[in-house]
Amino acid sequence: MKRMANGERADRDWRSEIEEGQGGGRVVVALSGGVDSAVAAALLVEQGYQVVGVMLRLWAEPGRGDEARANRCCLPEAVDRARRVADGLDIPFYLINAETPFKAQVVDYLVVEYAAGRTPNPCVPCNRTIRFGLLLERALALGAESLVTGHYARVQKVEDHYLLLRGCDLHKDQSYFLHALTQEQLAHVLFPLGELTKQEVRAIARRRGLPVAEQPESQDICFLADGDYRHFLAHQAPHLFRPGPIRDTAGRVLGQHRGLPAYTVGQRKGLRVAAAEPLYVLAIEPAENALIVGPAQELSQVECLVAEMHYIGGATPMVPFQATAQIRYRARATEVTVTPLPGQAAHVRFLSPQRGLTPGQFLVLYDGEVVLGGGVICKAQRPML
Amino acid sequence: MDRLERHIYLDHSATTPVDPRVVAAMAPYWSEIFGNSESSHAMGQAAASALEQARQTVADVLGCRPAEIVFTGSGTEADNLALRGLAWAARQSGRGNHLVTTSIEHHAVGHTVDQLRDLFGFQVTRVPVDEYGRVDPDDVAAAIRPDTIVVSVMYANNEVGTVQPVAEIGQICRERGVAFHTDAIQAAGRLPVAPDGLNADLLALSAHKFYGPKGVGLLYVRRGTPLLSTITGGAHERGRRPGTVNVAGIVGLGTALCLAEEERATETARLRRLRDRLIEGVLERIPGSRLTGHPAQRLAHHASFAFQRVEGESVVLNLDLAGIAASSGAACAEGEPEPSFVLVALGLTPEWSVGSLRLSLGHANDEADVARILEVLPGVVRRLRARG
Repeated sequence: MKRMANGERADRDWRSEIEEGQGGGRVVVALSGGVDSAVAAALLVEQGYQVVGVMLRLWAEPGRGDEARANRCCLPEAVDRARRVADGLDIPFYLINAETPFKAQVVDYLVVEYAAGRTPNPCVPCNRTIRFGLLLERALALGAESLVTGHYARVQKVEDHYLLLRGCDLHKDQSYFLHALTQEQLAHVLFPLGELTKQEVRAIARRRGLPVAEQPESQDICFLADGDYRHFLAHQAPHLFRPGPIRDTAGRVLGQHRGLPAYTVGQRKGLRVAAAEPLYVLAIEPAENALIVGPAQELSQVECLVAEMHYIGGATPMVPFQATAQIRYRARATEVTVTPLPGQAAHVRFLSPQRGLTPGQFLVLYDGEVVLGGGVICKAQRPML
Repeated sequence: MDRLERHIYLDHSATTPVDPRVVAAMAPYWSEIFGNSESSHAMGQAAASALEQARQTVADVLGCRPAEIVFTGSGTEADNLALRGLAWAARQSGRGNHLVTTSIEHHAVGHTVDQLRDLFGFQVTRVPVDEYGRVDPDDVAAAIRPDTIVVSVMYANNEVGTVQPVAEIGQICRERGVAFHTDAIQAAGRLPVAPDGLNADLLALSAHKFYGPKGVGLLYVRRGTPLLSTITGGAHERGRRPGTVNVAGIVGLGTALCLAEEERATETARLRRLRDRLIEGVLERIPGSRLTGHPAQRLAHHASFAFQRVEGESVVLNLDLAGIAASSGAACAEGEPEPSFVLVALGLTPEWSVGSLRLSLGHANDEADVARILEVLPGVVRRLRARG
């Protein structure tokens, strides 16, 4: 078996170190079968860490015919790829079953959110409760000092606390998905790709002959059979798809919708309503099973309420403050004034009107490159007509 | 894999290494005597003669007729053939619709009767077990109905090592005229497995559990037992298990079974001493620990524990990183986060049932290995508990 140059620890006497409970630089790398986690593992091996590879077996929607996607994680092929990576690096590899907690914390959340007329982002609760919850717990139980992932983000220790920063590759930056992590979690994570670009990561993978160097990107929600959450909901929660009225803000019925989960606030396409000007989804009203639409200008908002605010520093600021905000992954950060409110809420005022404010999505606050925290965007309070 | 070099292997209930004497016996049957045992030419006849010689060896060990042995591709397949074969034969003749088994069978039996129930409409009664995992023969007697086709009770449990009173259960079945099947996969090499002594009409074995190769098992079928083949094809194994015969594997199974039986008395006595020291040491050094399964009526090589407030999978992974191969529950169920159904059937509360560890000894283990695990395990449990 080929071994990495720096991984040449002839006697491997770390075994006796664990037995004494000393750890000795052990880290657990979360492998996914993709290129990012493989390079993260390779880099840590080269730096002389005692690396243990772990993969989570997560709940996945049962495949429907030929629709199963090749780049989905947790598929047997992804497990095989992760195992090949571990074998190539000569590190232990363990598969840990997290199907039940993942289903409860992430999959069911998606269903509940759509049922409530919101547009969820399952990666955020997954990172908080599964990847940096259950898996981090397991890593520490294995005597590891840190959990390593292939995320494009950075952690910096300043005195006795930890900052979460954007990844240097702004096209790949994944700090948005990590904004709900706590100080305790950040103290035990390493993101070795934080300073690298995707091209550099691929180049490293090729140079080291990692078997996943050309693995395509995985983009969509990982547990969907065909990448389309609407198909998923239609199979898993068909009761959510009840046709109902499409109304304007004056209460006039303009048409019929196909079931509320098929729509997102801000959506224009697929409304099938004839009107003089383009109409957008303004609101989703599950209580009345109604879709509210209107022209573009009614979509614009200059403020919103954010619930379940989490501040990475730990403490909730006492006074209003300036920051930039990202209202979804890949949205441009925009200037805001944030006023903390009781009950973990916050009022956010935007310098320029926003069209893309979508209830259920996360609003993440930044100070430059530093993630301050974030919360869930609440439904806009519209004047009732 | 140089990580394996210094491994101490304490998972012989999952599988065993192939004995070098078995490897040697199998050697000629890969490339020299490679014929299809059904072919009429000399090469085929040579294979057929090796096959029948192995069948005779097995029959001698089991004290049965060679024609009562059906070689299969695994122990699981043997269990499947027994239950599905009996059920389908009953369906064909229109006699009987009911199966009796226990709540702690291996999935090879449990999932098979579930499928017979769900897809074919058979009725299934699962007899419970006591806190040691023992079946009460009276409960079996009470479960038998006029339409019962088969009673299936495992000889010894894979997870907790408990040995069942199979001879007594077999006797009850005989008196009631019901076929008795026993999954003896964990028992071979560790307990007497002659079907007559157990009053068994069907008995499943798997070679890799007694230092034979993987991918070969057998089903003993008492003459006159109605059994339909569940694989259809040629005339191999008298039509009961069609498919070109794995001659090398079967020769390996025969040799391994023969050796296991010869060495059984001395090896089980040796392993029992080691195991008792292991059990004593673990219970003494680890607070909040207990033995699972029966303290006396258990497999000689098998020690299984539950640790309070510890997660079994983490214990196993920590031991692996320390160079000790063990398992939490059954190997086939590895990675299931829920407490094992066997421990639940024994009545263990969740506080205990997720923290299970199985240490199963074998040929290569000695006192130094027992000393090593007793040195490492208490620290692992202590650290995991300290983490809360």
